[in-house]
Amino acid sequence: MSERIVDNQAPAEWKQQERREFRSYVWGIGLALLLTVAPFALVHWAAIPRFSLLIVIGVFAVVQMLVHFRFFLHIGFIQKREDLQLILFSALLLTIMVAGTVWIMASLAARMVMPDRL
Amino acid sequence: MSQEVMKHPGLNLGPAHGKDNEAAETVMFGFWVFMMSDAILFGMVFATYVTSIHATAGGPGPHDLYDIKSAFIETMLLLTSSFAFGMASLALKYKHSKTRLIGWLAVTLVLGVSFLGFELHDFIAMFAKGGVPSRSGFLSAFFGLVPLHGLHVTAACIWLVCLVGQIARYGLDTETKLGIMRLALFWHFLDIVWIAIFSVVYLAGLT
Repeated sequence: MSERIVDNQAPAEWKQQERREFRSYVWGIGLALLLTVAPFALVHWAAIPRFSLLIVIGVFAVVQMLVHFRFFLHIGFIQKREDLQLILFSALLLTIMVAGTVWIMASLAARMVMPDRL
Repeated sequence: MSQEVMKHPGLNLGPAHGKDNEAAETVMFGFWVFMMSDAILFGMVFATYVTSIHATAGGPGPHDLYDIKSAFIETMLLLTSSFAFGMASLALKYKHSKTRLIGWLAVTLVLGVSFLGFELHDFIAMFAKGGVPSRSGFLSAFFGLVPLHGLHVTAACIWLVCLVGQIARYGLDTETKLGIMRLALFWHFLDIVWIAIFSVVYLAGLT
């Protein structure tokens, strides 16, 4: 059954598709390397104010995660919808829970400082 | 346009694999549900870490304990291993020789184990400087988060060895193929978690 389909598929097209997918992995690792080296170099050598450096690190991390999702995990818009919805829903849950926890705990910590340390 | 229809997230085997490609759809989607729940677990451990950053209780903090060079090497090892697993996935999909598939899997395993070696070395160095889990809330949170990822990588390495054994014993049947594809997803997923770890723990900790 499966062998028949292989025979039907033109070898040239098969090769072409393989090259395209190989290139996708190469793009993935290339972008990921760039997005890794840049923040490490900034932290190691550059004298940027702490707050802006933290934002830069965050942006690099989010972009690199998207690169991994796109090039290594092959997430796109042409697949079945529920797959993307699963990932987006999980991302939404994560954001609410993590941001909520950090916000509430930071607020608590700020309110519970002893009067003599203010 | 010869773009094939994606049956599930991740590298699809394609119509050339016939019933194996059909069988992948449900199994891979289920594995994604597991990975997303694992991501939620990691997210909460991250939240715990972030809320405990300042709870050093007079003990050593990030600047005393973290080594940026080591974190960089670990990142490179994990990144390269992810690429190597991508090559193994392509070898599986395009029906290259079994030797090539196992070769790339072996490269992945070596890189994964080296990553674990470096991480262990880091922890031992931290212990030597008094950075033990019971020292402060900050260190408890650190050792709850980073070794949890290490534990996942260890599990993935064991799984990889088992899969190579499965290939040797049963050849590339449906079960083996789907196992390799699921581990590929898991491996790339662990790489994504590591991006969050090196950004939030190591880089943010050292700024």
